[in-house]
Amino acid sequence: MSVASSNERPWWFEPLSIVVVLSGFSIYAIWAALQGQGAYHNYLSPFFSPKLASPFSWFSPAFLILWVPLGFRATCYYYRKAYYRSFFWDPPACARPELRGEKYSGETKFPFIINNLHRYFFLLATIVLAFLWYDAILAFFFKDGSGNAHFGAALGSLIFLINVVLLSLYSFSCHSLRHIIGGKMDCFTCSLAGGARHKTWGWVSILNERHPLWAWLSLFSVLSVDIYIRLLQAGLIQDVRFF
Amino acid sequence: MAEIALKIFRGDASGGAEKEYRVEATPGMVVLDAVLRVQATQASDLAVRWNCKAAHCGSCSAEVNGKPRLMCKTRTDEFQGKEIHVGPMRAFKLIKDLVTDVSFNYKTARMIPAFTPPAGEKAPFTMYEKDVERLYEYHKCIECFLCQNVCHVIRDHKAPFFGPRQLVRIASLEMHPKDTLDRAQFLKDTALIGYCNITKCCTEVCPEHIHITDNAIIPLKERVVDEFYDPVQWIWRKIMGRNSNGG
Ligand code: SF4
Ligand code: SF4
Ligand code: FES
Ligand code: FES
Repeated sequence: MSVASSNERPWWFEPLSIVVVLSGFSIYAIWAALQGQGAYHNYLSPFFSPKLASPFSWFSPAFLILWVPLGFRATCYYYRKAYYRSFFWDPPACARPELRGEKYSGETKFPFIINNLHRYFFLLATIVLAFLWYDAILAFFFKDGSGNAHFGAALGSLIFLINVVLLSLYSFSCHSLRHIIGGKMDCFTCSLAGGARHKTWGWVSILNERHPLWAWLSLFSVLSVDIYIRLLQAGLIQDVRFF
Repeated sequence: MAEIALKIFRGDASGGAEKEYRVEATPGMVVLDAVLRVQATQASDLAVRWNCKAAHCGSCSAEVNGKPRLMCKTRTDEFQGKEIHVGPMRAFKLIKDLVTDVSFNYKTARMIPAFTPPAGEKAPFTMYEKDVERLYEYHKCIECFLCQNVCHVIRDHKAPFFGPRQLVRIASLEMHPKDTLDRAQFLKDTALIGYCNITKCCTEVCPEHIHITDNAIIPLKERVVDEFYDPVQWIWRKIMGRNSNGG
């Protein structure tokens, strides 16, 4: 949102909406993890993927994985902007007075200095993403009465596919990836594979321009997949099978 | 002809207040036109800095209805039916009325290690488009200092942070294919890049639409991570015994 267009809405609108959405998502994620399971036939909830066995019966396996995507998002350059503005009011909106005065250390001290490790969360999240692609493929294979899997498609499969595509767009538009791929280079033409890196860096840069959009869309798509599975489990809806 | 109600800040470092002026609206009028009309007809002692009236020189930066803007690029018809409040940039020391002391920005600019080509090489250099295309964006800067003014680190926290404009300048040097210096340590310890929490107000106000945060600050932050916060690269450098800065 630009300063000019922020004239149209009160300044607190954006920070407040972000607090509501991010808090809502976090509460839902914890609630879903506490359910201890999230599978329905060939559908596996992204909160429970990859499937791991919990060492204790009272401990949901979701917590073994959840820290990766949550850490990835918590250290993401875009979400950092979002939460510094909305949760810490640092600043709540541009050219608005702040709550805290001269006691400010930005990202130079604990805990925010940890955000510098974002690239490692990117790597871990990419591994999880590979499992989510596997789950999305499984979502297109339905078992018949005798236990044989057949290729097919249902509304659920489509939701899985859309989710994993949005998650990939989010991951592959990451600022740290943009740096690793080519941003760190000062001279493309003087380096080994510089041409290919320049091209890839260009693609990541194009995706990167919409990074906030992918961040929100993929947050909602993850939520939708889990909700869809829980509604199926509860028998409140029926999956719509296309073929 | 309709009239415009302008409330212009009048005062100096010892204090001041807004004063109301009324001027006739003309088609296509910008806030700078209105302020200059006031100066010509009602307040000849009104201090205002301007030069090109074409959004090129970066002199007429001010705060219009609380937003940092170039007065010569802000049309008065944007505020139809509303009062227009014009004040000086708040992050800098006030000299008089709309004029502030922006010398802090020149002081920090002088501290930045200058462009350093390889020994024995002199301009003109042979460089390829691929290697210089991302620098064009940084060179669009007109030094209006609106980004410095809106940056909460400078404006509210009064930290000795160099600010977005200087980070744009450092990016243009760091990414230059013919520059040999590594400014990561300087970025971390002197320019204090870690104070920027990437909240993007600088990008929002830049009249040249430079993607300050995404294309200058974040790439520089990543370079600082390479050298100071990445444990694997740190171990790698210990083993290899060299300082790799990405080529
Ligand atoms: S993104 Fe950083 S430099 Fe820009 S205004 Fe925000 S804190 Fe200041
Ligand atoms: S980067 Fe943009 S806002 Fe900052 S001084 Fe340059 S032109 Fe002005
Ligand atoms: S910057 Fe957002 S995921 Fe890396
Ligand atoms: S007068 Fe030159 S930028 Fe406005």
